Amino acid sequence: MTSATTVTRPSTARAATAKTRRRLTPGRVILYVFVTATAMVWLFPVVWALLSSFRDYNYPSLHGYVSLGGFTIQNYLNAWEQGDFTRHFLNSLIITVPAVLLTLFLASCVAFVVARYSFRFNLILLGLFTAANLLPQQALLIPLFRAYRSIPLPLWMSDSGQLLDSYWGLILVNVAFQTGFCTFVLSNYMKALPHEMYEAARVDGAGVPTQFFRITLPLCRPALAALATLQVTWIYNEFFWATVLMQSGDKFPITSSLNNLRGQFFTDYNLLSAGSILVAIPVLIVFFLLQKQFVAGLTLGATKG
Amino acid sequence: MSDLPTVPAAPAEAAPSRRSGGRVRVSGTDRIFLILMVAIPTVLVVAWVWLPAIASVILSFARWSGVGGLDTIQWIGTENYKNVFTNYPPFAPALRHNVLWLVFLFVLPTLFGMFLAVLLDRELRGTRFYQTAMFLPVVLSLALIGFIWQLIYSRDQGVLNAVLHTQIDWYGDSRWNLWAVLVAAGWRHAGYIMLLYLAGLKGVDPSLREAAAVDGASPVRTFFSVVFPVMRPINIIILVVTVIESLRAFDIVWVINKGTNGLELISTLVTSNVVGEASRIGFGSALATIMLVISLVFITIFLSTVMRGEQR
Repeated sequence: MTSATTVTRPSTARAATAKTRRRLTPGRVILYVFVTATAMVWLFPVVWALLSSFRDYNYPSLHGYVSLGGFTIQNYLNAWEQGDFTRHFLNSLIITVPAVLLTLFLASCVAFVVARYSFRFNLILLGLFTAANLLPQQALLIPLFRAYRSIPLPLWMSDSGQLLDSYWGLILVNVAFQTGFCTFVLSNYMKALPHEMYEAARVDGAGVPTQFFRITLPLCRPALAALATLQVTWIYNEFFWATVLMQSGDKFPITSSLNNLRGQFFTDYNLLSAGSILVAIPVLIVFFLLQKQFVAGLTLGATKG
Repeated sequence: MSDLPTVPAAPAEAAPSRRSGGRVRVSGTDRIFLILMVAIPTVLVVAWVWLPAIASVILSFARWSGVGGLDTIQWIGTENYKNVFTNYPPFAPALRHNVLWLVFLFVLPTLFGMFLAVLLDRELRGTRFYQTAMFLPVVLSLALIGFIWQLIYSRDQGVLNAVLHTQIDWYGDSRWNLWAVLVAAGWRHAGYIMLLYLAGLKGVDPSLREAAAVDGASPVRTFFSVVFPVMRPINIIILVVTVIESLRAFDIVWVINKGTNGLELISTLVTSNVVGEASRIGFGSALATIMLVISLVFITIFLSTVMRGEQR
């Protein structure tokens, strides 16, 4: 189904030739049946949503659940229009892109210093950043919400005139939360970069900016790509901050606009299925095209140590 | 398919960790750059995360409507906490639901995800397909998962009632809704744990297993007496991830009914006390502080596990 399924890595290929001599024991048959059944169960909710999203409401009720036919894209047109998806997708874009770029840049800065220079407070700094990523957001909500209400912004930055209900506020809170995880991953990655390169650069008189922009960042491209994929998904999926910090309905990014669509969508099966698939499209693209990047970003943070 | 290079699973192994550049002289402009590179992100994280966390603790000893300036705050000691425990009916169910959330996630999806990772690590043909299927829910937000599962749980049109020939409103009926939500959340969690554990298993030195096989140990025995102990750091990370996820659970419940009628959680109580019409800042902060304390215990365990590598 995905491009990834066809990939056979050399190591598993070698292992497979060794295994083909092993007969298919009953134990292995059960194993295959079990994992296949699990995979089917796991795919079912999304496949079901996809199928229902293309079907006419009346068709299954006339011809039964398992019937095929009555395909239409009308559900998508209705969901798009009633959910004001143009507006909300645009909001997601306005929030996600700057937030991811800023997160990666700030995290690279801290990671560079932590990885290349040993200061006494390095561990404390890393702990401060990583822990920030793990705190429950609700534990910070009250003071942050109150502060956002009293911090004024000029009207050209926010039409609400304050940090609350502004894209700026939402971008900054996402950056503050996600920088920790990225710093942690990047600092580990940077520590493994060849040391000699920096010594050579220093001999040539390269200062910190050159070392950072010309040497470190290009070498970190794989890690940055993995983290960017992960962060785009996470910030696009972010629900809590957008729900509480945005006040006017037309500023909600797509994920938190679900909260307002609930009343309408939960009663209309067609809108619900088509709407769900529409919201899932960006992350499904990640799933199908950037899966390796996503998994790498996720496991890079966890399996170290 | 993409031309982007894959990240090595454990970059730290590439070079033995050394205290890099301990005795490097730093010039004046470089020093300014380094200070800025640390200071700007630190200010952001401290101002947006740590100061609010501290402020939550301080405000939990206050009574404040949040409308006036800071001088309108009344300090009332531990009264908010007394009220939380004795005089606030939703607190007990919320706490129970959070604990149930944790126990459920741990007993079913976490262990199932680990089990599947172990199975998928055994050179199955088409293992990528199985991994991909399990991984699908991980990219979806829990709010969206709440929507997708409504297609299964809906009273009139849902698949589940059609199969069971029942007429249950799975999200609406307070006898069932927490379990319905837990199944949907567990669907995602199992995939997440499977990914983390599989990555950990790939990092286990194969010679350990070979040695156990030479000694005649069965695969099950090998796993429990050789692989599992070596996986200690990842086991702890998975435990902490599960605890934190259970404590943070919010999105799916909020999108269904804002955490009422059988779906109360501490996180939704905090939110309702601030964002709702009656904003009770001190009281909400007491609830937030309880969350904060629980999470900090596990964050400390997490940090001491992952940072043990740094010290070496």
